[in-house]
Amino acid sequence: MRAFSALLDRLAFTHQRNGKIAHLMQFFAATPDPARGLALAVMTGDLGLRAVTPSMLRALASERIDSQLFALSYDFVGDLAETIALIWPEATVLSDTPLPDLVEELRITPKSGLPALIAKRLDSMSPSERYAYLKLATGGLRVGVSGRLARKALADYGGLPLTEVEEVWHGLTPPYENLFAWAEGGAKPAAAAHAPFRPVMLSTPTDLAALTDLDPADFDAEWKWDGIRVQAVSDCGTRRLYSRTGEDISPAFPDILETLDFEGTIDGELLVRRGDAIAPFGDLQKRLGRKTVSRKLLQSHPAHLRAYDLLVWQGDDLRGLPFLARRAELERAVASVGQPRMDLSPLLAFARWDDLAALRAAPPDSVIEGVMIKRRDSPYLAGRKKGPWFKWKRDPMIVDAVLLYAQRGHGKRSGFYSDFTFGVWDGDSLVPVGKAYFGFTDAELKALDRFVRNNTIETYGPVRALKPTKVVEVAFEGLNRSARHKSGVAMRFPRISRIRDDKPAAEADQLQTLRDMLP
Amino acid sequence: MIDSAALLQVRAEGLFCPAGGFYIDPVRPVEKALITHGHADHARAGHGAVMATAQTLDIMAIRYGNDFTASRQVASGQQQVGDVCVSFHPAGHVLGSAQIALSHKTAGTAVVTGDYSRSPNPACAPFEPVPCDILVTEATFALPVFRHPDASDEITRLLASIAAFPERAHLIGAYALGKAQRIIMLLRHAGWDGPIYIHGALQRLCDYHISQGIPLGDLRPATISRGQKADFAGQIILGPPSAFAATWAQRFPDPVICFASGWMQVRARARQRGVELPLIISDHVDWPDLTRTISELDPSQTWVTHGREDALMRWCELQGRDARPLRLLGYEEEQD
Ligand SMILES: [Zn+2]
Ligand SMILES: [Zn+2]
Repeated sequence: MRAFSALLDRLAFTHQRNGKIAHLMQFFAATPDPARGLALAVMTGDLGLRAVTPSMLRALASERIDSQLFALSYDFVGDLAETIALIWPEATVLSDTPLPDLVEELRITPKSGLPALIAKRLDSMSPSERYAYLKLATGGLRVGVSGRLARKALADYGGLPLTEVEEVWHGLTPPYENLFAWAEGGAKPAAAAHAPFRPVMLSTPTDLAALTDLDPADFDAEWKWDGIRVQAVSDCGTRRLYSRTGEDISPAFPDILETLDFEGTIDGELLVRRGDAIAPFGDLQKRLGRKTVSRKLLQSHPAHLRAYDLLVWQGDDLRGLPFLARRAELERAVASVGQPRMDLSPLLAFARWDDLAALRAAPPDSVIEGVMIKRRDSPYLAGRKKGPWFKWKRDPMIVDAVLLYAQRGHGKRSGFYSDFTFGVWDGDSLVPVGKAYFGFTDAELKALDRFVRNNTIETYGPVRALKPTKVVEVAFEGLNRSARHKSGVAMRFPRISRIRDDKPAAEADQLQTLRDMLP
Repeated sequence: MIDSAALLQVRAEGLFCPAGGFYIDPVRPVEKALITHGHADHARAGHGAVMATAQTLDIMAIRYGNDFTASRQVASGQQQVGDVCVSFHPAGHVLGSAQIALSHKTAGTAVVTGDYSRSPNPACAPFEPVPCDILVTEATFALPVFRHPDASDEITRLLASIAAFPERAHLIGAYALGKAQRIIMLLRHAGWDGPIYIHGALQRLCDYHISQGIPLGDLRPATISRGQKADFAGQIILGPPSAFAATWAQRFPDPVICFASGWMQVRARARQRGVELPLIISDHVDWPDLTRTISELDPSQTWVTHGREDALMRWCELQGRDARPLRLLGYEEEQD
């Protein structure tokens, strides 16, 4: 438990992805099975221990500490588990109980026995261990370790290809002993699960200049839809819908699972479709991240699968075949399944790159965000290889905005003001419309940082309010309506694409300009 | 019954002793001031006369220039000031820090602790308990959640982090007086005998500590010439917290930002500061030491100067102790 709580202490204050991975790798190297695998499951939320409630903890504390002193402390600390971890009477003897023992006893102890168990454990822990233990027991651990990050750390730890780790991951359960054995030179675990995830093939960005070196006759093209890339799998009665990183999102999409009336693995785009109309990304977002979904939402936001590719069909792995051959199989497959919630992504007719440029410039639907270009002779390859698949995105949306607030960055940007809130004009006042952390060069970062330091009009904790004089060009990929934002709009992937020192603040864009861009 | 009002009163300028005609750590310029220690919120420039320990007077001169007061008097032994007898006793807070004991024929004895600490500190003399009728104590960390860990364990965590990230520089935010030198000494005791790099703002106070017999070892200025960023990989650099808000931190390679303070015990505080490695190292008494000090000295009255007085008042109430909050203003909680 001591090693685990030390790891959590570091992860809690590490913002950089690479820093988190480094901490995890060091932990894996120093911790035996099954503790490291259990720790991993605790962090990714794959070990649901939630029987301990805040009220149970409050009652425990009130037996030991004067209620006024506790209230004053809680008020100052702001987190119940942390307050109890700090205020709990100091242990006379510390014992470093292995994490697996702690997890197991929490799992098997009946609810009535939990308060006594927790008190006994807290009595022999350091404050940092008490904190980790209470977070473990309440299931409230949030240290920014996603499943994806955990898999990356494991792949880096063992020098394994991430795509292969992702492929076997879903068949495995905590404490992942066979995965660690593989990472340490043992045999690769078999993908034991039904309906396994297969690593997804990704594209690299391109533009007209780069394309002119290529022969259009070697390629096919399709629309790139603004949904989320998914993999739909149906295997011996098990049906799964995965995101492109291998997260199982099946529970949120029972309507899609219903349509997977086949044996195979289809790569496609998940969309919300009403009649013939594809809904904007914002509608799909309402369906994401849910454990269950209401009948009402299923009706108001019906999901749809637009098929791009076929990886496995009737037990045959098609990934080694050229795109052209897979496409022919896909067309047959989609037709034979005959489900209205699933259709084929149409191929675009073009002879020259200019033809494709014309199509891209005037897509038939606003939910199209560009075109995908695929080499006809390429097999289905895991990961993002340059060459076989390209994405040629629609030009980003652009708006000129004024910098309003700044905050310092982390890691390599420590000490630089690099996190910006920007706004546009609504009448004669500026309303915040988004935040951007990147897009600028190192030289621009320095210039922006200097601007922040010389133009701060007020500070609120770590936030500096700026004199509204600096205009920046903000590029973004899409715009949603948002009730949570005062401006009523929310940008997707905003970044600072240019610093407009040539523009006075008065000439920045109006909120109405943004509203007009809404789908 | 003690006539406490003759001994100490609260005025806008700070704590006033009518019988002696002086203030203790006044926040505004006054005719005559007794100063507990050199932190800027306790020791201000511009008083008519200042009495303090020799080291505190030196530190004030370093900070404010030789003309920080019209006349200085070094505290030594028992000295009569007006109708009170005054003596200074080590507070264990920073170099030169003292508690001030006042005794008066009829009003009894009061001890004003200033800021104090009872954990071992190789950079200053240890706290000395002084029996008194009235204990006037600080309460910076007066909440039962504050139980400072052993400072050497925090240094062990720092060294573990340096070993784990040899390509990164470790930048430690530490106040220029006391905290910085304590960390340097803790590192020396932990076996770190290589160079430690310091921000220019720490130089003069570090030099002064060395002149007072505190062996800080090999200190070098944390200045980088162009292209030498990588030289700071795996190194320890100390700077005042204010430097972290300025562009200073930008010059080091992928720095691990550390901050040494008692406040680092609370995660939200560490997060607020953007700290990657919080080090819980405090120059103040934590809750157990504060309550232990009151129990040990067993004064008939406990007065609380600044900090989290509500919790300490509650504790005194539970203990059946006579206590009162002075709610002195002008002392920054960040100065710890
Ligand atoms: Zn102080
Ligand atoms: Zn103070």
